[in-house]
Amino acid sequence: MPIQYYITLAACLFCIGIVGVLVRRNAIIIFMCIELMLNAVNLLLVAFSKMYHGAAFAHDATSTTGIDGQLFVFFIMVVAAAEVSVGLAVIVMMYRNVHSVDVNFLNRLKN
Amino acid sequence: MTNLVFLVPLFPLLGFLINGLFRKQLSKPAIGVIGCGALLASFVVSVMLFANQLHAPKLASGTYPSTSVLFSFINISSFKIQFAFLVDALSSLFLLIITGIGFLIHVYSTSYMHDEPTEHYGRYFAYLNLFVFSMLLLVLGGNYVIMFIGWEGVGLCSYLLIGFWFKNNNYSNAAKKAFVMNRIGDLGFLLAVFWLLAKVGTVEYSEVFTRVSQLSKVDIGAITLLLFVGAAGKSAQIPLYTWLPDAMAGPTPVSALIHAATMVTAGIYMIARSNVLYSLAPCTQHIVAIIGLATALFAATIAIKQNDIKKVLAYSTVSQLGYMFLGLGVGAYTGAVFHVMTHAFFKALLFLGAGSVIHAMHHEQDIRKMGGLRKKLRVTHFTFLMGCLAISGIPPFSGFFSKDEILAAAYAHSPIYWGIGVVTAGLTAFYMFRLYATTFLGTFRGTHDQEHHLHESPKAMTIPLIILAILSVIGGAVGVPEILWGDHHLHSFLSGSITTEQAHHIEHSTEYLLMGVSVAIAALAILFAVNRFSKKPELEEATGLGKVLQNKWYVDEIYDAVIVNPLLKLADVLKNIIEKSGIDGIVNGVGRFVHYASRQLRLLQSGLVGSYILVIVLSIVVLFLVFWNQTIILQFVQKIF
Repeated sequence: MPIQYYITLAACLFCIGIVGVLVRRNAIIIFMCIELMLNAVNLLLVAFSKMYHGAAFAHDATSTTGIDGQLFVFFIMVVAAAEVSVGLAVIVMMYRNVHSVDVNFLNRLKN
Repeated sequence: MTNLVFLVPLFPLLGFLINGLFRKQLSKPAIGVIGCGALLASFVVSVMLFANQLHAPKLASGTYPSTSVLFSFINISSFKIQFAFLVDALSSLFLLIITGIGFLIHVYSTSYMHDEPTEHYGRYFAYLNLFVFSMLLLVLGGNYVIMFIGWEGVGLCSYLLIGFWFKNNNYSNAAKKAFVMNRIGDLGFLLAVFWLLAKVGTVEYSEVFTRVSQLSKVDIGAITLLLFVGAAGKSAQIPLYTWLPDAMAGPTPVSALIHAATMVTAGIYMIARSNVLYSLAPCTQHIVAIIGLATALFAATIAIKQNDIKKVLAYSTVSQLGYMFLGLGVGAYTGAVFHVMTHAFFKALLFLGAGSVIHAMHHEQDIRKMGGLRKKLRVTHFTFLMGCLAISGIPPFSGFFSKDEILAAAYAHSPIYWGIGVVTAGLTAFYMFRLYATTFLGTFRGTHDQEHHLHESPKAMTIPLIILAILSVIGGAVGVPEILWGDHHLHSFLSGSITTEQAHHIEHSTEYLLMGVSVAIAALAILFAVNRFSKKPELEEATGLGKVLQNKWYVDEIYDAVIVNPLLKLADVLKNIIEKSGIDGIVNGVGRFVHYASRQLRLLQSGLVGSYILVIVLSIVVLFLVFWNQTIILQFVQKIF
């Protein structure tokens, strides 16, 4: 399957994520959209990794070239999980105080 | 002997330092002793130097006595200016006048200034000593640069002393006026020195005068004229004289010091010192003579109508200085120096006498409120009379000989000069005796309180008066001309320093006639003045010409209108328009712009997360497009440039 399909899918996912972040006000949905963007990136990493790994493997069966991208995916997932844990804590605290998860409500912090 | 010369200015300098630094710790008697002692010590050394000069072998014409070099002052490869002192006949004579009369004025001051608080008393004596120190430097300097240092020094000290009572605004303004006017003259002096340096490459007197042939006519003319501008500022000649009458704001002994022994005689000294140059510049000589004559007459007319006892004397000084410049202008350098000397005697006497009167009258200076002081202030009265007779040119008082020598030389030059000179002499006699008669004769016109407290001044004031009176009477003896069966001692004494005297040959019978006329005019003026003012002083307001004279020909007003006010207006424009809206506008504009811009930028910080992210996304898109089309953009840029 050509790499362009993966790229197109990832771009679409990423754009959906961005639009979601931009237009939605619910903090939890925004979080989910961010996850969507991260996953779009993950998809690309895996796809490129597989592509180059496959090319290298055909050349030399013992080569490990090209699996770095897949490792990065794990890192991103770990970081995303950490981010979510912190972010959720913030959201929970926010809900407890103002009984809302509307991010625009927080702009009064500017004063 | 000559190597002791550095002691002369050293003593007043030490006196200045001690009195200046410890003025709060020292007691008044200690301050007085230090101040006067410094001058006395200088005077003793000066007498020794003078005696040494008297017996020194006369140098041949065209050679100059060697200078005693203290240290090298400016030393740049081949260009050297030494800190050198020159002691010759001329400077040793001036040393005697400055330290001798300066000492008497110091002694007088101890009593006159006695009511000042100790701190100001010390400050006063420190200034006085510094003044004398500067003047000594001026006179002793072996080159024009050292002279200039002293020249500026006396300018500074006159500023400090005229504004001694600095809390009074008028006094400070008078001090500023003196300072600024002197600076105008100093510019001329400075330019002359630079011109000399450029053309001759040295400022040492001896070298300049022996290498004078290197200079072209134009150079000499310009240098002498510029020097004269300096002299006119310091010696209060037209048009730079108006500071001198205002200088009366300072304490009276200071006036005496400025007018008699220091400062205003600096210009005469400088020109007499540069006589070699001046004799080669006939055009400048004419200008000097005419300015001197005009000043003499002009100031004398103003003096006639002044009612402030010190102002009369001040204008009289301006007038007498005009005489001296007349003498210099017609080449009678000895006559001018002689008149400086006798004038120093009687003008110091008159000022100190006036101080004694003011002291007795509790700081009343208006002669219309005096009168009849003859019986109360016997010593002051008698000495003052001697001074008046001396300045009026009555034989055999000292002023007669010196004034007559100048008049005779003027006659040899041009009878018109002589005519104006004699008229001025008549005016001098008139206003001096108007002053004398109004102050000392008639009946007392002051308040009852003042009359009750009238008293003769203490010894410290009367003894200097007596000494000066004796000098004023007999001082002319050193210059009795040959036709009056004397031999001019001063002339032969100064012949070493003044090498280019223009001889004036007039018939003996003519000379007797000239003397007779001037004495007769002076005597008539005295009789008229005494007659007119002893009984009925002018209490009514002056009208017509008298009013113009009383207001000093409105010269101050003219200066204000022509120079001072336009300058103030210009300063106003600069301050209000250029400074406030121009420069301040730019500076404040920058600040206001930053302030405004930051207020606008703050609107972007809405706190809305969505808008932030939108900006981020748009920026990324723009960056993406930019990098995507990098080559196109680069080509585009290259096309432009």
